[in-house]
Amino acid sequence: MEYRLASSKGHAEHHNPGPINQLGFWLFLISDCLLFASIFACYAILNTHTDGGQGAKELFDVPIFVTETFLLLTSSFTSGLAMLALQKGKKAALLNWLVITAILGAGFIGLEVSEFANLVADGATISRSAFLTSFFTLVGTHGCHVTFGLIWMITLMVQIKKRGINAKTTNKVGLFSLYWHFLDAIWIFIFSVVYLMGVM
Amino acid sequence: MSNHGHDPARVHAHGSTGQYVTGYLISLVLTIIPLLFVLTHSLSRTGLVVTIMVTAVLQFFVQLFLFMHIRQKQDGGPHWHGMGMVLGVVIALTIVGGSIWVMSFNEQVQ
Repeated sequence: MEYRLASSKGHAEHHNPGPINQLGFWLFLISDCLLFASIFACYAILNTHTDGGQGAKELFDVPIFVTETFLLLTSSFTSGLAMLALQKGKKAALLNWLVITAILGAGFIGLEVSEFANLVADGATISRSAFLTSFFTLVGTHGCHVTFGLIWMITLMVQIKKRGINAKTTNKVGLFSLYWHFLDAIWIFIFSVVYLMGVM
Repeated sequence: MSNHGHDPARVHAHGSTGQYVTGYLISLVLTIIPLLFVLTHSLSRTGLVVTIMVTAVLQFFVQLFLFMHIRQKQDGGPHWHGMGMVLGVVIALTIVGGSIWVMSFNEQVQ
């Protein structure tokens, strides 16, 4: 409340819900960070508990997780370029960058689903060991976030196509790009802690 | 200040193409460095863990500062989201570090 009063003199919220929405969204991202911290803690403790089954070194495929990483990193970059197109009011460029971001994100999810399917076909199911339970929970939770982001992106593209760039869609794309960058930030730690430390 | 509500472009005015390209290139380098060390096994185990964590944290900062513009304040108000993020990181480190520390006593009580 103080934030809005200090920032807008109690007037601008009728036209632009930007600042207070942005703050609320940051608070969501921070609490989401704590969710991931909790399941990272589980993984950090349980990753050696393989119950005699296959461990990270045998299960993880370097080319696949490296490709996933580059796909998501590039999509984070292209969602930033979408933000720039938005600021310049270029609707076509904004839609193009969102489509590219969505294709890269879909590629990431496609690879992750096939990776999970291969693991399960290998007998490495979520109930096989504590290591695999924490692995599927951590990486799967991130995958669910990305899937939700893809759905959000599609609804944004439809809205922008129909209504163009206005204060409302500008605000929504701004929040979406924060969300998408945040998911890449979480993935950096999954890539580092789960995959790189897993295969080293 | 009074007419900012009519200008949607002000919501995220601080990003520039240069900033995003720089952030992307730094991120690529910070991804490739630990990957090469892991694939070539050219460091000790501790050295690898330190390299992986340092590059990960640096890349996290790249996302926060160059992509998410965490330093950007909204219209001169207090820097709430920056403060919130610092608190969030402190709690996250406490959860992860504290859990690992407590569970390291697991063998002693079994």
